[in-house]
Parts: sequence; C-alpha cells; structure tokens
Amino acid sequence: MSENVTTAVLEEWVRKFAALVADNRDHLTELDAAIGDADHGSNMDRGMKAAVAALNETEPTTAGALFTKVGMTLVSTVGGASGPLFGTFFLRMGTSFGDSGTTTPLDFAAALRSGLGGVVARGKAEPGDKTMYDALAPAVEALDSALSQQSQLATGLKAARDAAAAGRDATTPMLARKGRASYLGERSVGHQDPGATTVALLLEAATESAF
Amino acid sequence: MKKLINDPNDVVVEALLGIEAAHPDLQVDHPNKIIHRADARKKDKVGLISGGGSGHEPLHGGFVGLGMLDAACAGEMFTSPVPDQMVAATKLVDGGAGVLHIVKNYTGDVMNFEMAAEIAAAETGARVVSVVTDDDVAVQDSTWTAGRRGVGVTVLLEKIAGAAAEQGRDLDQVAEIARTVNANGRSMGVALTSCTVPAAGKPTFEIGEGEMELGVGIHGEPGRERLPLVPAKEIASLLVEPILADLPFNSGDAVIAFVNGLGGTPLIELYVMYNEVNKILTGHGVQIARSLVGPYITSLDMAGSSVTLLKVNDELLSLWDAPVKTPALRWGI
Repeated sequence: MSENVTTAVLEEWVRKFAALVADNRDHLTELDAAIGDADHGSNMDRGMKAAVAALNETEPTTAGALFTKVGMTLVSTVGGASGPLFGTFFLRMGTSFGDSGTTTPLDFAAALRSGLGGVVARGKAEPGDKTMYDALAPAVEALDSALSQQSQLATGLKAARDAAAAGRDATTPMLARKGRASYLGERSVGHQDPGATTVALLLEAATESAF
Repeated sequence: MKKLINDPNDVVVEALLGIEAAHPDLQVDHPNKIIHRADARKKDKVGLISGGGSGHEPLHGGFVGLGMLDAACAGEMFTSPVPDQMVAATKLVDGGAGVLHIVKNYTGDVMNFEMAAEIAAAETGARVVSVVTDDDVAVQDSTWTAGRRGVGVTVLLEKIAGAAAEQGRDLDQVAEIARTVNANGRSMGVALTSCTVPAAGKPTFEIGEGEMELGVGIHGEPGRERLPLVPAKEIASLLVEPILADLPFNSGDAVIAFVNGLGGTPLIELYVMYNEVNKILTGHGVQIARSLVGPYITSLDMAGSSVTLLKVNDELLSLWDAPVKTPALRWGI
C-alpha cells in the first residue's frame, strides 16, 4: 500500500483537471452541440478557472477544505446540469474527507465513491443512461478493486483512468435517458456523452499528478 | 455572425444594464444577475421568482412587475442560473408569506432550483414551494427521458399565478393555481433556422433551405424530426393536432391560444400562423377565449414558432384578465 496522499497532490490534481478542461473546452462544447446545447466546455472551463482562482486566493490545508471549496465554486459558477452534478461530486468528496489532516489511499477511494453517490443522488442517473455516471462508476470500481489487491494508489488510478476512458467510449452507442440529450431519442445514438468525456479527463488528470 | 453586441462575453451583463435603464419600475442586482421589482418584498404577499438561461427574452426578466413575477434570475446564455442567485432572489422577495419558485423542466434548472430551495430553507427558514412546468408534447413523458420540457405554458403560468399572488392568496393556493395551469397547458414548437449563440459564433445546428425541425425546445437543441418545409397551414396542423390529442382538448373547451415567436420570425408570420391555428381550433369546436401572439419565450435569433393551448375556466380567465404591468405584458392598468 502506498503512502498517504498530501493535500498538495490533491490540489495538483484539481489544477491539472482545470488545465485539461481548458485544453478540451472546444471539443467538449462540440460534443455537447451534437446532443445538447453546446455549452458544456465553456461552462466547465468557467467553473474550473474560478475554482483555481479560489485556490490561488487561499490555499486549503486539508483535503476536506480543498474539495468543499472546489465544489462550492462549481455550484456557484457553472449553472446548467454540470454545476450541480460536478459541484455535488466534489462537495461529497470534501464531506467524506472531513476535518482529517491525513489522507490514505483508502480514504481517497472512499471519497471518490462518495462523490459518485452524490452524482447519483442529484442526477438520479442509472447505468447505461449515457451520462457522466457511465464513466465515473467504472472508474470508482476499478480503483477499489486495485486497492483491494494491494496495488499502489498510482497504479489504481491508472486502472481507474482506463476504466473511465472505456466507459466514456461506451456511451457512444447508448440511447440518452437523462438530460437534454434524452429529448433526441434515437438521434442521441452515435454521439459520445460530453459529461462522461469530462470525467475521463478528471481521471486522466489524476494519473498526471504525483499520487 | 452578425449581432448587435459589443463582446460576446458581455451580452448578458450589458442587457441587464439596458433593462434597468429602460424600466424604472425594475431594479437589477448586478452581481447576482437578478431583475426584481423596485417594490419587491411586499409584506404578506407570496413572492414569485423564476429564472433560467438567458437568450429567451422577454422570459423571465420581462415578466417582472405588478401582477406577475417579483424577481427573475438570469443565467448565462442558455444555461440555468446558479443556486446562489435563486437564494438571493428568494431572500429579496420573501415578505413572510413564502416564495414560489417557477421552474422550467430542464435538468439543469431543476437541479439548481432544488439546491437553492434546500439552501434557502436552511439559511433563512423561508418557505419555498416549487412548481415545475412540463408542457412540451414533442417529448414523450416516460422514465426513458428527462420528462417533458417546460416551454410556452411558463409564460401563461407566470401571469396567472402572479395575479393570484397579487390578490393576496396564500402560498399553497398560488402553488395550486400554478399546478392547475401547467396541468391544463400543452405546447409544441417548430424551427425554420438554428439560433446562433454569441459565444459560439456559428449556428448551433445545420438546416437546409427546404427543411424544418419539428418538436424543438428553446435552446437550439435538435428536435424530434427533420421534415421538408411545408406551408403555414400544414405546420399549424403538425403543431396543433398533437396538442389537442394530448390533453385532450375537446369540443366546447375554452382556451387561451398562444402563438409564440422563437425570436427570428416576424410578427406578420405569427399572425399567419394564428389564423391557421384559429381555423383548426374552430374546426374542432374549441373556443378561443383569449389570445396571445408574439415573441414571449424565444431562442435567440431562431426563426420558428410554438403554439401553446391552455384550457381555462372562469377563475383562470379572470386571473389572466387581472392587471399586469411588466416590460412585456401590460394591461388593465
């Protein structure tokens, strides 16, 4: 089992995620234009830029404070469905870490699962609905499974990244049953889900950070 | 893209400045992007707030004023406002009688208003009741979709519930009237062109000269079906018949007939549509008690129209006829 995770590494993860969202802003918006309303990239970029600005202002000293701040900022700046969903995801991670000053790999995995629970509670998505859930749930499973086999956290995150990417790709043939894409019925088939794509970026950012 | 703007990123902020300058009865909380009545927070009057993405003007800010909304939260273009805005608006209008949140059934709007109601209740103890509109018959209401979209009926609901609140009815009564309006209203829309979101700079979807998109919402999201463009009388039939069959509206029913423009269609074409709608309704024995024709819930510069029918009784009609003084609707004053 790997060493404890520092708050600095968790913050690095958030910043890397913000950078990846900025790099993929237009791509995310194009995916959304096909089955939604063409604003996912710009909304998430606005939110993550605001989150980074908030972190630049005051550096959180605990994991709980870090993710609560990121979640609150997303809820307050993103709007649409992405604001409450990604906001709730980070808020629940923050709650899961609590006031604890140390974060073990198992704490991290538990927080990620807690974030997934928040997404389900807020969005009521089920497997196969063609949403961010379809990338996030496999990632959470992959990390839990890797850690239960005594893998290092970094190894588990690579498995989670691969699972999220596979989950993202699997959304393409799905028929959307949640959000604006669901209004398209059959016409939603053949398009990759933007929210699942953003989740894949989140896990990619984790593997690029020094966990 | 040709638009009367300065910078795509400043459209919402500058429009709010313009609304405030043009309408002395209204004030704008600029940091929170809330348009509210200058006399908001009337003691013992139920407060009505709504909100949504920008780009649907005059919805919702143009419906703030006497006899309608107390405050409206403006989101980014086509993006729901955030809970902070709705919480601030709730505090602003709560005169002790509680606050009604009027929410169009779009996933983002519903989630953000849900979070706002939770936060407002926790922070202030304000009593908040939410009514969600979902009148778009183009969407099948099933567990397989996010449910029907809230579109044209929202305008009629804000007017009628606003009148009920102005008369001093309590929160439960105002909410009940709002639910009655939603339950008895149905809509469907058609797009002839896409809209162009300023920040995107190009049309949201491609559509040929000879095509139309049937069953669209109000965000440039694709509709249910791409069809060859047909004359107005056939378009009216494609919109009205599914509406009539859905509620259903029957011979002898009285309705408010609302022919809406989506932003890029001139009023004269809306009257051509209204003429066709009138003929179809007359043919079915449905009596038009009141009408509303014009661009009231729009999708930026999209050409197209939606039709909303609301089955009314004497009570709803008298609330419709009650005085209203807002930038977009004004009568009886």
